[in-house]
Amino acid sequence: VNILYFGRLADAAATSAEEVTPPEGIRSLNALRAWLGRDRPALAAALADGNVRAAVNDEIAPGDRPLASGDEIAFLPPASGG
Amino acid sequence: MIALAADPLDPGAALSRLAESCPGAGAIVSFVGLVRGEAGAVTGLELDHHPRITLKAIEAIAAEARARFDLIDLAIVHRHGRLKPGEPIVFVAAAAAHRRIAFQAADYLMDRLKTEAPFWKREHGPAGARWIEPRLSDHDDRARWDAKEDENARH
Repeated sequence: VNILYFGRLADAAATSAEEVTPPEGIRSLNALRAWLGRDRPALAAALADGNVRAAVNDEIAPGDRPLASGDEIAFLPPASGG
Repeated sequence: MIALAADPLDPGAALSRLAESCPGAGAIVSFVGLVRGEAGAVTGLELDHHPRITLKAIEAIAAEARARFDLIDLAIVHRHGRLKPGEPIVFVAAAAAHRRIAFQAADYLMDRLKTEAPFWKREHGPAGARWIEPRLSDHDDRARWDAKEDENARH
């Protein structure tokens, strides 16, 4: 799956985009969130924040949303506005 | 026209385009937001955005303005990327038969954009860079329109 990080999350992840292949057991958005931060403490802390929303293929999605190969997941911290 | 722009924004050109596209309008009110330098404390502003989610959110705000006010047309151009103090960051214009509606619609569009447009802003300055959190005063401005629902319906 393709991951996009916005705002301060891009700092925490040290990238604004990455292509990852999660292991078999990672099937939901919540599981992916935990897995992405497994060896990046700054990212783990940022993704654990409940105010950070996730969009799957441009639509805001709940944590139990199942993932499919090829999905694009965007992690969105609270926006600063225009 | 609703657009996200990576390049410097030309408010005059955007206003001319809108004026040409609605010959029946009796009034066009436009607004240009500029990056504030805060007396040297800000040397640059960086706007991160999602090309599709951000555009869709702005289009939804525009659709609500059209539903709420009797507009002939409207235009929103919002910058993203790296900007310097004094540079235009947002252009909003509303065209209507009469000025009152156009003033109100432009004001409404800005209050909605300031609170709801999904941009992530980072200020750069002599003290370093920091991400900007949502501003409470912007939310107060936004809330004015909730109370105005009935009043506008009468116009």
